[in-house]
Amino acid sequence: MRNPLADKIVDIKPSGIRKFFDIVNEMEDAISLGVGEPDFDTPWHIRDEGIYSLEKGRTFYTSNSGLKELRTEITKYIKRTQGVAYDAAHEVLVTVGGSEAIDIALRAMINPGEEVLIPQPSYVSYEPCAILADAKPVIIELKEENEFRLTAQELRDAITDKTKVLILPFPNNPTGAIMEKEDLEAIAEVIREKDIFVISDEIYSELSYKGKHVSIVSLPGMQERTVLINGFSKSYAMTGWRLGYACAPAVIMEQMTKIHQFAIMCAPTTSQYAAVEALRNGDDDVANMREAYNQRRRFLMHTFKELGLQCFEPYGAFYVFPCIKEFGMSSDEFAERLLHEEKVAVVPGTAFGDCGEGFLRISYAYSLENLKIAMDKIGNFIGRLREEKK
Amino acid sequence: MREQILSIIEKNSRIDIKELAVILGVEEIDIANELKALEEEGVICGYHTMIDWEKTSIEKVTALIEVRITPQRGQGYDNIAERIYKYPEVNSVYLISGGYDLLVTLDGKSLKAVSSFVSDKLSTLDGVLSTATHFILKKYKDHGTILTKKYEDTREKVTP
Repeated sequence: MRNPLADKIVDIKPSGIRKFFDIVNEMEDAISLGVGEPDFDTPWHIRDEGIYSLEKGRTFYTSNSGLKELRTEITKYIKRTQGVAYDAAHEVLVTVGGSEAIDIALRAMINPGEEVLIPQPSYVSYEPCAILADAKPVIIELKEENEFRLTAQELRDAITDKTKVLILPFPNNPTGAIMEKEDLEAIAEVIREKDIFVISDEIYSELSYKGKHVSIVSLPGMQERTVLINGFSKSYAMTGWRLGYACAPAVIMEQMTKIHQFAIMCAPTTSQYAAVEALRNGDDDVANMREAYNQRRRFLMHTFKELGLQCFEPYGAFYVFPCIKEFGMSSDEFAERLLHEEKVAVVPGTAFGDCGEGFLRISYAYSLENLKIAMDKIGNFIGRLREEKK
Repeated sequence: MREQILSIIEKNSRIDIKELAVILGVEEIDIANELKALEEEGVICGYHTMIDWEKTSIEKVTALIEVRITPQRGQGYDNIAERIYKYPEVNSVYLISGGYDLLVTLDGKSLKAVSSFVSDKLSTLDGVLSTATHFILKKYKDHGTILTKKYEDTREKVTP
């Protein structure tokens, strides 16, 4: 029989997280700090709208771009948070999670061989999606000394004649890094000068703990060269609903919508009705969850300090990214030993790019009680490691 | 800070000052001063424990009693409310808008104890026109806490 597979996909490495997931899953009583989704339930009024839409028999396809009501609410949301206007009819697309938006944005913009800049450590799907879109992924290794922000110099150094798109993943998974307005202004200047485009993945935008999140689309001349991606998963604790969206200039959006139309048809209808409710009446829920995350974040930073574990202070998402280089072992090794010896699961930084070596991703999408138990165990573990080293 | 402290200790009064200071990102001394002020002002009126008595072997019944009363000149409802709340078995007394005037909640050892309280003490008070007693059969949720189900983390253990 002939080989049924495409080389392009076979050559892509499976996600580093997968391997770890399998080990953790076999351990019954492991405490996991490895989850990339909120611990809150979707607020009841939002779930209730989803249920109500089913009761009313709203079980058909929506338009390809998504419910008009929802697209309108999305434009209002961006207007009130970023002061930027989008045309709900031609510049907004409701997608199956932010993930789909990343995929189709790349496919809509890339010609074979063009380069996509991917700052790492970052979410696991950018690189594979770029490869599937026939792009050449070019990794920018972010540095702890810059708090894992992207600097103008790093960007400038990575740009070539073939560079087409920069992926901008802030607030960042796994580092928790944010880009503040000044940081964005510095890179926007390079982006405009070099005439490249941006795919800005702002899925964690509502989880910013140092002032309000600033989107790059709010800077002069950037809306016209940016695909803004956001969604409902993190802000409204709606991961399982699979609902995200993209906003982009009509010329890009027209092509993205074409791919979406043929590959997906439309995002889940029930989820779309629920999302309308989320945007209309969900601000308080978001504020409450943000406050809870922020309390846990402060608790973790305080505990790391007590333990003498080096960690820059992250101001976004729900991750901390401590450095474990002092122990002289790889992230993988550390995470595996921590799991076997203390039954605490964290994700090795290398799952998010080679430059995540020497770091761990710890999620604080867990109750404080849970985090306290886990931190005690991590404290025991690193105490032992330091003893061993003596 | 006041609002944050209150919303945290409303759910967990056992949290210590040190931990409050850590999670709110302020100094311990500021928390201590604020708590003291809140107690002095009577904003914080006590620290209680939520108990699901159902799960113990102790028999207890809780009743909600709607009370209609005749307000008194110059005193309104306050005088009668005070006479009612002075009974130690009375848990709470609220003045309510709508079809009746006072809502009284009551913990008793048995149905009989509650009904004798209502018939002997409550309904015979001057100014009480009528009472309607409702017994609580099951508590699903109390003080924002769901009592019938335990939280279960159903997420996948590791996700990107």
